Amino acid sequence: MQNLAHHDIEKSQAQSIETVIEMRGVSTRFGEHVVHSDINLKINRAEIFAIIGGSGSGKSTLLREMILLQLPNSGSINILGINLTDISEKNALALRKRWGVMFQHGGLFGALTVKENVGLPLREHTTLSDAQIDAIAEQKLIMTGLKLEVGAQYPSELSGGMLKRASLARALALEPELLFLDEPTAGLDPISAAGVDELVVQLRDQFGLTIIMITHDLDLLWQVADRVAVLSDGRVQAVDSMLGLSSSNIDSVKAFFDGPRGRSAREQSALQAIKINDHLKDSSSKLK
Amino acid sequence: MLAVFKLGNSVLKANSNLFERTGKSTVAIFKQLVEMFSFVGETAVAIAKSVIEPKRIRWRPILFNIRSAGFDALPIVGLLSFLLGVVVAYQGADQLRQYGANIFVADLVGLSMLREFAPLMTAIIIAGRSGSAYAAQIGTMAVTEEIDAMRTLGISPQEMLVLPKLLALIIALPLLTVFADLFGVFGGMLMARNQLDVGFVEFLDRFVKAVSPTAFMVGVGKAPVFAAIIAIVGCYQGFKTKGGADSVGRQTTRSVVQSIFLVIVADALFSIVFSLLDL
Ligand SMILES: Nc1ncnc2c1ncn2[C@@H]1O[C@H](COP(=O)(O)OP(=O)(O)O)[C@@H](O)[C@H]1O
Ligand SMILES: [Mg+2]
Repeated sequence: MQNLAHHDIEKSQAQSIETVIEMRGVSTRFGEHVVHSDINLKINRAEIFAIIGGSGSGKSTLLREMILLQLPNSGSINILGINLTDISEKNALALRKRWGVMFQHGGLFGALTVKENVGLPLREHTTLSDAQIDAIAEQKLIMTGLKLEVGAQYPSELSGGMLKRASLARALALEPELLFLDEPTAGLDPISAAGVDELVVQLRDQFGLTIIMITHDLDLLWQVADRVAVLSDGRVQAVDSMLGLSSSNIDSVKAFFDGPRGRSAREQSALQAIKINDHLKDSSSKLK
Repeated sequence: MLAVFKLGNSVLKANSNLFERTGKSTVAIFKQLVEMFSFVGETAVAIAKSVIEPKRIRWRPILFNIRSAGFDALPIVGLLSFLLGVVVAYQGADQLRQYGANIFVADLVGLSMLREFAPLMTAIIIAGRSGSAYAAQIGTMAVTEEIDAMRTLGISPQEMLVLPKLLALIIALPLLTVFADLFGVFGGMLMARNQLDVGFVEFLDRFVKAVSPTAFMVGVGKAPVFAAIIAIVGCYQGFKTKGGADSVGRQTTRSVVQSIFLVIVADALFSIVFSLLDL
């Protein structure tokens, strides 16, 4: 696993960095209320990209625009080389099969069992037999850390953490290239949340998925995010690693790291620095 | 003088407020009409696609909806139209007896039930029972992000949710109306024997003469239109649900009020059209 990760990193360094999502001059209004005034973003293949910002800053709206649930008022969004403005229905369907979305509240269909939920994209878009679909659905459930018995249950019978995992399993059913996560750890107990951290990193490392997530969870941000975009006042105020952001001078970014949560974040940053040091020592000792 | 001036001013203000409010609600009503028509348009596009490519039609939810909106509603539709038949015959009995026109109870019950009461009554029951269920189901799905999830999975919510309900109701409501016809007339027949000494055989004899097949067809023919109104209003209000669980309740109530309103308006229009056509 460790080897695999290194291998992937080498590979991505060997290829020139590929942009999978590009947003240019995106602006969004709801009536008079301006949510985005000029958003510019580039997201690269196989990175874990996080979007943070105060509540109501337009993070979910930005995500909805990326996954074709909503169109911006102006500006262009380009995903996997396809422009989302005036996209044809055929292209839209093709794109939708190439990404998976995990919704904040799961978005699982209450009328179907968990296994049927996970198998649904396959049933809709492939000609696989029922047995094959079941096999794949079970494999995805196990991959996301759920027990097989859960497959026969209905979403209303699951806990919050299980719902998110099941939702993730469904998002992965068609083996997507992109994965969108809206608040993957919100409302979870710390142990379940830690499980999500590992899962996200594992998905990127094993399958080279590009992961775009919205989160308030500082732990998650420190543990997994390669780059983080800070959204405020309708613009992207900064894009950097957490370490870079934590020493930023920009007010809206500093606001994120101030206060009681920020304090723990600073502690985290110190901790992280130590961890990185340890890691370096580790790998250097391994080399010897 | 100043006081009068002030008074005038405040009256003016109140007036402009009134105008403003009237204007705003007019705009809101028109906006909703436009939205509703665009929803109807989307549904029509989905229907056209299903006609071109029939394998897109989802039979399982259609059958499921026929059962829940049609079969499961049989007891309540039967009971209420039976009672309605009883009431109509009972109310008519007094008048008819005065003129010694007892036998005409068959005309009264037959025509009023088959042409008006059975279709209208059934539509109102189904609007309250199934229209509200559609709004609540789709509204809940909107709140729990299931509709968004459906779209991102490349499944058209129109095809998955609206068409099966629409089709199922268009099939079920006429059948329920026939069922209501039967029970309504049966109720009237019981009352006729009880109150007017008109036996079953006599009643049916007169019924067949008085009630033409056209009267029956006029009643049953209205049902698919009522069905479309109920299904579309219910689904439309469901899709309009935004925010939390309280919004689901609000949209559900609205769907029932609107669909009953529109069903009665449609019924009035039918009356005008049928009288112009001499039916
Ligand atoms: N469908 C909508 N209609 C009107 N306003 C909306 C709608 N969706 C979002 N908004 C508004 O846009 C702003 C950003 O919302 P959102 O993207 O959900 O924020 P975040 O996810 O960052 O908390 C909020 O002020 C919200 O009220
Ligand atoms: Mg949000």
